[in-house]
Amino acid sequence: MSLFIDIPEDDDQLPAINKDSGRLLWIASVDHKQLGIMYLWLALFFFLIGGIEAMIIRAQLASADNDLISPELYNQIFTMHGTTMIFLALMPALIGLATYLLPLMIGANEMAFPRLNAFSFWMTCMGGFLMYFSFFAGGAPDAGWFNYAPLSENNYSSTAGVDYYLVGLILTGMGSIGAGLNFVTTVLTLRSPQMKLNMLPLFAWMIFINGFLLLAAFPLLNAGLFMMLIDRQFDAHFFIPSTGGSAILWQHFFWAFGHPEVYILALPAFGIISEVIPVFSRKPIFGYKFIAASTVAIALLAFGVWIHHMFAAGMSNTVNGFFAASSMLIGIPTGIKVINWIGTMYKGSIRMTVSMMFAMAFLIDFTIGGLSGASFAIVPIDWQLTDTYYVVAHIHYVFLGGTAFGIFAGIFYWFPKISGRHLSEKLGKWHLWLFVLGFNMTFLLQHVLGIIGMPRRVYTYPADLSYWEILNLVSSLGAIFMFAGIAVFLWNIYVTLKKPRQAEDNPWEAWTLEWATTSPPQLQNFTSLPPVHSRRPLWDLKHPDNPDKKLN
Amino acid sequence: MKDKGKLLVLFLIASEAFFFIALIIAYVYYRNFTNATDTVAANLDAMRTGIFTLFLVGSSVTLIFGKRALKKGNDQTFKLFMALTILLGAVFMVGQITEYIGLYHKQITLNKDVFGSSFFTLTGFHGLHVILGIIALSILFGVSFTKMKPVTLAGIEGVDTYWHFVDVVWIFVFYFVYITPLL
Repeated sequence: MSLFIDIPEDDDQLPAINKDSGRLLWIASVDHKQLGIMYLWLALFFFLIGGIEAMIIRAQLASADNDLISPELYNQIFTMHGTTMIFLALMPALIGLATYLLPLMIGANEMAFPRLNAFSFWMTCMGGFLMYFSFFAGGAPDAGWFNYAPLSENNYSSTAGVDYYLVGLILTGMGSIGAGLNFVTTVLTLRSPQMKLNMLPLFAWMIFINGFLLLAAFPLLNAGLFMMLIDRQFDAHFFIPSTGGSAILWQHFFWAFGHPEVYILALPAFGIISEVIPVFSRKPIFGYKFIAASTVAIALLAFGVWIHHMFAAGMSNTVNGFFAASSMLIGIPTGIKVINWIGTMYKGSIRMTVSMMFAMAFLIDFTIGGLSGASFAIVPIDWQLTDTYYVVAHIHYVFLGGTAFGIFAGIFYWFPKISGRHLSEKLGKWHLWLFVLGFNMTFLLQHVLGIIGMPRRVYTYPADLSYWEILNLVSSLGAIFMFAGIAVFLWNIYVTLKKPRQAEDNPWEAWTLEWATTSPPQLQNFTSLPPVHSRRPLWDLKHPDNPDKKLN
Repeated sequence: MKDKGKLLVLFLIASEAFFFIALIIAYVYYRNFTNATDTVAANLDAMRTGIFTLFLVGSSVTLIFGKRALKKGNDQTFKLFMALTILLGAVFMVGQITEYIGLYHKQITLNKDVFGSSFFTLTGFHGLHVILGIIALSILFGVSFTKMKPVTLAGIEGVDTYWHFVDVVWIFVFYFVYITPLL
């Protein structure tokens, strides 16, 4: 075998993975499309692992006084489930979609820094696998996904698990900062010359704002992670109260990152919804400016609300009151967005594709998650419900019913562009109904479980507590439905990838630039760009007699 | 701004600023918002470190002159100022290392107490950034002797922004760690 491999020419397809050199070209690639696809596979891989962990949790909780797994293993499983889903499934999925689509949407051929892009991907990948290596190195982290001190310090968590958690998250965090840098600089420098910032497709706009959130939030997490690593490895005292440190400082650092992180996961999903709903309602987005501006408002407010995760930690009433009010404020820009999406659908000629149905499921379930979130902004309610299953239900309505449904909508919407093949709509509907019904079955009831007092993270519960067992059992049954839905999804991907490439350039008759090139795009995205004078360049191209308002 | 390299560095240092703010907050929190007394501050020599601070600030000034000379095509002056910049940065690092050794002899270490932890973490991370800057400057300095000189021209914009940032961070660290206990 020759030491050198041919670099593909610009007018080639992406290198085939089933050739020897193709495999090498994927590993060494700096092409944003290949990296985006690798991000998505990575996310799917960890989503399955995290899903299996969730099934183990639900199996353990399905009946009272169950001892399917040991309590120690149970702690490791729920910690890894949360960490995996947030940092290794949802984040790579959203960053992957953004990496793939951002240059296409703004009419660029690459990200601003392709090698930084590859660096970001491999850091995320290595961080994830390093974290999972902990299972073979004496035990996984077991202090919960927010890893509160002093539980996570050497005295109480003596295996190396938490160290793997810290190092793994530092690596993925650096990857995320690299991705944020790339998003922001790409939008600022590589837009098609005719495209002004107020003409960006909303997904691109949200990714742009999200880049700033990544840049500001992850350093706070990394600082905290480094301090705790120094605590554990070099016997420092940052977060150990018994030797003068401050456990609450870790909470501040973690949630000062953690709350923006919620929006880091939500904003790109909002962006996907803002692309999918107009296209399948056959109407331009209602209130572009309001959606764009409320995104900025959310991003700014995100840094001023983190204490609402710590109401039970004993802050003063003044502090609690201030942060209760600021947390309530976040409901306004989010509500504006929901109204805008509904306004877009109003009187549209809606096409009930799987993508659109996921977007509508998002609207309903994310709104429920938003309402239960607003209830936590009320301090006495928070005191009553903190650390119960009500919190578990809330976080899943936001991250699964919100972000994950958004990702599914995006996958079904852009799959023809990314792979050149349509996912089966029939299998997609099975996936959708199994998953959405299972999701609501599992988590709607957990609100009730929380209100009647079931604490989160308990290993098991006694049989004589009324309703606990039946509610938990129904919750676990719902999880099986979700699992079946994901199995259908995997089967759907498998059979679709077996088919030949036949998707048209613009199968949904959408209006943004990514649909102006072939499906899938050649290695060089664009050889020429259509003129861009409005927010819907492909509409103008098709309807020269009735173009959108000219913006440049 | 179409110089994407400089843009990248500007966003990177904005991000880094949050990192250092977090470390500084930890230090200030332990000193001002807990009952503990700062055990490190009493052993610090603000005068000595102040002098080394001047070396670091001076390196920023020489870098400005060096960049100006490079832009004008004034090669000898550029190399002179660049060497001076690296030297001043190295002197600052020598100052920090000798300071660490002195503190070690007074049995002030990372694991002594919470102030030892935060002092060494904060100044240590800053020191790492200075070392990284010195490496970047040395690379630019080195390649300016070869036919790859355009690399120096392209890289100077980002590296000098980064170097000034490291400098500014140190002024904040110096103020919070060395000066405020004296006030």
